[in-house]
Amino acid sequence: METVNIMIVGVGGQGSLLASKMLGHLLVQQGYDVKVSEVHGMSQRGGSVVTYVRFGDKVYSPIIDKGEADYIVSFELLEAARWIEYLKPTGRVVTNTQKMEPMPVIAGLAKYPENLVEKMQAKGIQVDAMDCLALAEEAGSTKAVNMVLMGRLSKYFPDIPAEAWQASLEANVPAKVLELNKVAFALGQKG
Amino acid sequence: MRELMLGNKAIARGLYEAGCCVISSYPGTPSTEITEEAAKYPEIYCEWAPNEKVALEVAHGAAVGGKRSACCMKHVGLNVAADPLFTISYQGVEAGLVICVADDPGMFSSQNEQDSRHYAIAAKIPMLEPSDSQEALEFAKIAFQLSEEYHTPVLVRTCTRIAHSQSIVTKGERQEVPQKEYVKDPERVMMTTNSLKAHYRVEERTKAMTAFAETTHLNRTELGEDTTLGIITSSTSYQYVREVFGEKASVLKLGLSWPMPVEKIRDFASKVDKVLVIEELEPIIEGHCRQIGVDVVGKEQIPMVDELTQGRIAQCLGRAAKETVKLEDAIPGRPPVMCAGCPHRGVFYTLAKNKCMVYGDIGCYTLGVMPPLNALDLNVCMGASCSGLHGFNIAGGEEHEKHSVAVIGDSTFAHSGITGIADIAYNGSNSTVIILDNSITGMTGHQQNPTTGKTLRGTPARKIDLEALCKAVGFDRVRVVDPNQLKEMDKVLKEELAAEEPSIIITRRPCVMLKDVQKLPPLKVDLDKCNGCGLCMKIGCPALSLPKGGKVEIDKTQCVGCQVCMQMCHRDALIV
Repeated sequence: METVNIMIVGVGGQGSLLASKMLGHLLVQQGYDVKVSEVHGMSQRGGSVVTYVRFGDKVYSPIIDKGEADYIVSFELLEAARWIEYLKPTGRVVTNTQKMEPMPVIAGLAKYPENLVEKMQAKGIQVDAMDCLALAEEAGSTKAVNMVLMGRLSKYFPDIPAEAWQASLEANVPAKVLELNKVAFALGQKG
Repeated sequence: MRELMLGNKAIARGLYEAGCCVISSYPGTPSTEITEEAAKYPEIYCEWAPNEKVALEVAHGAAVGGKRSACCMKHVGLNVAADPLFTISYQGVEAGLVICVADDPGMFSSQNEQDSRHYAIAAKIPMLEPSDSQEALEFAKIAFQLSEEYHTPVLVRTCTRIAHSQSIVTKGERQEVPQKEYVKDPERVMMTTNSLKAHYRVEERTKAMTAFAETTHLNRTELGEDTTLGIITSSTSYQYVREVFGEKASVLKLGLSWPMPVEKIRDFASKVDKVLVIEELEPIIEGHCRQIGVDVVGKEQIPMVDELTQGRIAQCLGRAAKETVKLEDAIPGRPPVMCAGCPHRGVFYTLAKNKCMVYGDIGCYTLGVMPPLNALDLNVCMGASCSGLHGFNIAGGEEHEKHSVAVIGDSTFAHSGITGIADIAYNGSNSTVIILDNSITGMTGHQQNPTTGKTLRGTPARKIDLEALCKAVGFDRVRVVDPNQLKEMDKVLKEELAAEEPSIIITRRPCVMLKDVQKLPPLKVDLDKCNGCGLCMKIGCPALSLPKGGKVEIDKTQCVGCQVCMQMCHRDALIV
């Protein structure tokens, strides 16, 4: 099979590393060759963060380049727009509609663009947008945005059984918050 | 069992399996997790040293003491450790010594993108370069074998994309290695004839290692169906080469990147029509090929600056870029920022307000450069703030002294700041140094250091008394202030700048991200009182926003109730 490329993007501190950890675990369990690449350190301080997840029969490069992503999973709306050049024109964006103003906007030096979902759709991109923060709160914690997004993403991989997603969730989420994360995953799946 | 593993964790696993007993390191992105992961194995003694020079000397001392030892650092850390590095190469080792160094092409978290392979050449120390996590694990083990077989320290070089990428590995078992007995040998004293003899030994060792480079499986010729082009590459570039050229391409992959083979390269070149070298950063392989008379194409086509990617390589070789989608809107940047509640914020707000020249250093507080604070003037390397400020003040006299400060974090101060303030005291410039004491090494992800009172594994430890140390060095004026109290911070800064002798200001408040630091409930906005004047926005807190023509809003998920913004408001509109 051809390598599948998933980018997980967001703002440092939003919990994208746990999402990529769960996804990586799941894909290894499914028998694929997998590579995951992330950037630690400076960029985590509230900056734009990106994690690359690639899987297939044989994966070489650990990173995804412009025009190569099959999916962009975004924790924040502006971040989906920021990385959009990395998407294949036939790719899909799965995004949280939450907006977090970056410092240049807070400092009044730049504007947060409006109607980003519509603008992406106008370019022919398939966009699956939802208020993941509200669903995470419904599940019991604003920190569960990552599992809402994973639940949503799972819809696009019908070949991977639901039990496998559940098993990876259980293997990666701390026991104390397992139940609410399961709820968050289910809410994301339902949308 | 197949397991997805971070490159750094795989190196730690390899060190463990090789029977490594001692690791001394200084944290630095992207190398930090090697030591953190190794510390999870009780068989390995692990410590954070105050800096990389100390760390390497400790690791070498442990190897002299008979145990397999290692030392991990980022590329610029190797500059700090360079002094012992060169002479340890002469000394040689009996028990294995492995030095792991992580470069940062693209500078995700670094101030320069120097290529550590230059150190292998300059110090004549063999260097291994893995291209994924499985190799990271195996090469760490092989490094110990080579170290003992050839009596040399061995460098294992990674880059961000190896260190911070996960790929599948199969683990092995730990092999215990008996401790080597220490035997006194007067030839270990590096002076005159001993050093000369040692240098001859090093040259012989290099010849032997070059012969090894010809035959080792670390250097792998992969002749494919297509021999019109042969590519010589190493490290993560190998993965990009395979991504771009596929499995039909002919590739010579160098796992031992110094010393490099001669005949193996000539042989490869003779089997292909032309040779292209694809390597990140410097033309090291390319230079070697030219030196041995192999005609290659390299940096004429492959960029010297920034990290490589599969797309970048493809385009540099004239292939069309992949089709992409673009939006018309300008997307505002999202640079990293000081966290909501960060104790550095009050310091930088005060420095900006007083229009100080701020000589910065290496740590989270480099973010003081970001708008709206715009408070930092420059930075160089660990510790340069203290010594650099001294020079700046020597040059400018009182005019400089009354308006300039150095800012340096607690960990960076312990690393390289102490010698700088010794110079200030000893040679007597009227300089003001601010030690930002947040009780942790922040930017690399919360590592302990000699000022925190805890070891790497969290056990209680002796703690540098910063006030006593500064006094002992020769500062009579040492002030301690809570940086979140803006009025007090401003008063102390003004007094110390005005003072007629050098001063130290210790701004003391723990990093807000530390687990045991109590967070207060988010503040609220009294909408009757807020008039949207924007005064509170001047501190650049990511939890605050002010819609155009509206009133200030507080992001509940970010605000930790530090109350610094409250002190900015003239209308008491921000409330607990």
